[in-house]
Amino acid sequence: MDRRDFFKTAIAGSAATICGAGAVQARPNLEPATEAIGMLYDSTLCVGCKACVAKCKEVNDRPPSNADLDNPWDNALDLSSETFNVIKVYKDGNGETKDAIKDGFAFEKRSCMHCVDPGCVSACPTTSMRRDNRTGIVTHHPDSCIGCRNCMVACPYNVPQFEYNNVFGNINKCEMCNQPGVERINNGQMTGCAEACPTGATLFGTRKALLAEAKKRMELKPGDYYEYPRGDVSKPDSVHEKEVPKYLNHIWGEKEAGGTNVMHISSIPFDKLGMPPLAERSASSISETVQHSLYSYLALPAIALAGLSFMVKRNTDRDDEEGTS
Amino acid sequence: MSTYKPTGQRVITLSFLFLAIIFLIGAYFGVQRFFVGGMGAVSNLNGGFSWGIWVVYDVVIGTALACGGYALAMTIYIMNRGRYHPLMRPAILTSLLGYALGGFGAFFDMGKFWQFYEIFLPWNWNFNSVMLEVGLCVATYIIILIIEFSPVFLERIGAKGLLKILNKVLFVVIALGILLPTMHQSSLGSLLIGMGHKVDPLWQTWHFQPLLAIISALIMGFSIVVFETSLTSVGLKQPSEAPLLAGIGRIIMWLLVGFVVIRLVILAYQSKLGLILTSGTSSLVFIIEMALFIIPIILLAMAKTRNSPGQLLIAAVCMLFAGAAYRFDAFLITYNPGPGYTYFPSAPEIMITLGIIALEIMAFLFLIKKLPVLHDTKHA
Repeated sequence: MDRRDFFKTAIAGSAATICGAGAVQARPNLEPATEAIGMLYDSTLCVGCKACVAKCKEVNDRPPSNADLDNPWDNALDLSSETFNVIKVYKDGNGETKDAIKDGFAFEKRSCMHCVDPGCVSACPTTSMRRDNRTGIVTHHPDSCIGCRNCMVACPYNVPQFEYNNVFGNINKCEMCNQPGVERINNGQMTGCAEACPTGATLFGTRKALLAEAKKRMELKPGDYYEYPRGDVSKPDSVHEKEVPKYLNHIWGEKEAGGTNVMHISSIPFDKLGMPPLAERSASSISETVQHSLYSYLALPAIALAGLSFMVKRNTDRDDEEGTS
Repeated sequence: MSTYKPTGQRVITLSFLFLAIIFLIGAYFGVQRFFVGGMGAVSNLNGGFSWGIWVVYDVVIGTALACGGYALAMTIYIMNRGRYHPLMRPAILTSLLGYALGGFGAFFDMGKFWQFYEIFLPWNWNFNSVMLEVGLCVATYIIILIIEFSPVFLERIGAKGLLKILNKVLFVVIALGILLPTMHQSSLGSLLIGMGHKVDPLWQTWHFQPLLAIISALIMGFSIVVFETSLTSVGLKQPSEAPLLAGIGRIIMWLLVGFVVIRLVILAYQSKLGLILTSGTSSLVFIIEMALFIIPIILLAMAKTRNSPGQLLIAAVCMLFAGAAYRFDAFLITYNPGPGYTYFPSAPEIMITLGIIALEIMAFLFLIKKLPVLHDTKHA
């Protein structure tokens, strides 16, 4: 095969590749699960008591973090393999006014957001991260996990955490208190953190009901009074009346990277609360579009292998004839 | 047919002993990692930086440095440049060693190494996962490289029958040896897509990640051939292959031009050209990286430099750094998992990587001295 032949074949091959890729449809963001459950965290209601953090450790049987003899209690500063839920604080200037951007403070909850289109599920080579078809809960299955930690880098929120200090460590994350052995959701209970929250800052419910509640709060007039529910949004344990703060008109998790089942509302812009800069299209939808364009049914690799084998055979045969192996 | 000969030189030399010491230090920390304290005891990996130098250097860059066999196979068997054949065996050997040790590095980094085989069980496979493609494809390619290198052993032990059978099917093996690296080297770039916003916008080119990754892999593959060939002829006083290398230099030059142009066109298409100047540290990193790509273009464009072994070696080093920088910058240096996380490799972590590299060089030196790997120019 001379150079011209080579380029002809190469161009034909590339054209076939491009047409093939074009025929595969772009994979859009996933839709929420049919009966997706989630949580709504209202930062303006949170008083930073960390009852949810303690309850989470109790339900998930996790040890206290950063504790020593002088401070023998939990001092978790961020998510870790020991801490699936943590309350962080925003502070500016003298930090005197709650929910003020300037000279103020605010709380922010960090736990698995249970993405509608989870990056960890898309990235995991061994299907050890799964999204439950019915509840939308993102679960982890350690039996098939190889510990490559692609779930960690593919999570926009750094949620899955590996036990680095254990030779035989595991990946750990919040599974909405529904992992085998706990199964609070299957037993008709709510998540531990929502149950423990004294102010209703963490509400439990279906994604639909929580989104409706969040939208309702966006419509309220600051200064009016509103009866805030505690526990489960559709059958609250109790309610308490409180003055409506000035909400930021943004429900985090309604649309971010395909949306999340755990949503946040606040008075402080979310980038200041440490939320990542996310577009509406999920990274996993782009990644899977590229992968499936190239590898669906291994069709392109098979065609390429046939073409390459043919060319190698022709070129080696000719070399042999010329005696220049 | 054997125009290849073992060099027959002494194996135990001063530099070999030096490498052995580095390897032993790495091995000591390896024991700590697997038997005493886990990854946390020897590395600075954390919740935000879950991939450090073991993944980014040993696997992502290490396998690209091992693309010499791939790049040459493409030139010889597809573009039909039979005259490069003398360079093939040492290139296959370094590819085999590079990939085998890349696999070893991956095992070191594997959090649940005792159940690594789970990725080979078909009922576990997630076909949406880029990592699945990388894992399976790299594993298969290591087997292909072993088959490609096996004639060297078979010649040595004189297994003529086996050689004959192997030669009949070798064309499929060679074709796979071109297809598989094309697949997983591009997928190493696709890993960045799923990392989303954590990858700096100057490196997050989304759909174009696999294209840039494969071009950079070819650049590094050809550069390592030039680098090793020049180095073995200087260091081990082997006859020079300079005329052959000048031809490869021309191929690399066009790959470099392609990479730089495509990269800038993508940035323009994604309206990110302005970020080259306005991204603070990332801008500086980007400009240094681009300079590493552009300097060798200038060197290679001049026939005088291209034909001088010394200058060619400088260009090769520049290109190796360029390709490595592209991957390092995207995966680690400008990688930003969010507030509260920083990473710099710990000394034991670095020693483990250096130990792996030392082992690779020791194996290469041993094998070219004992097996018919290098081209015997007197017979050519």
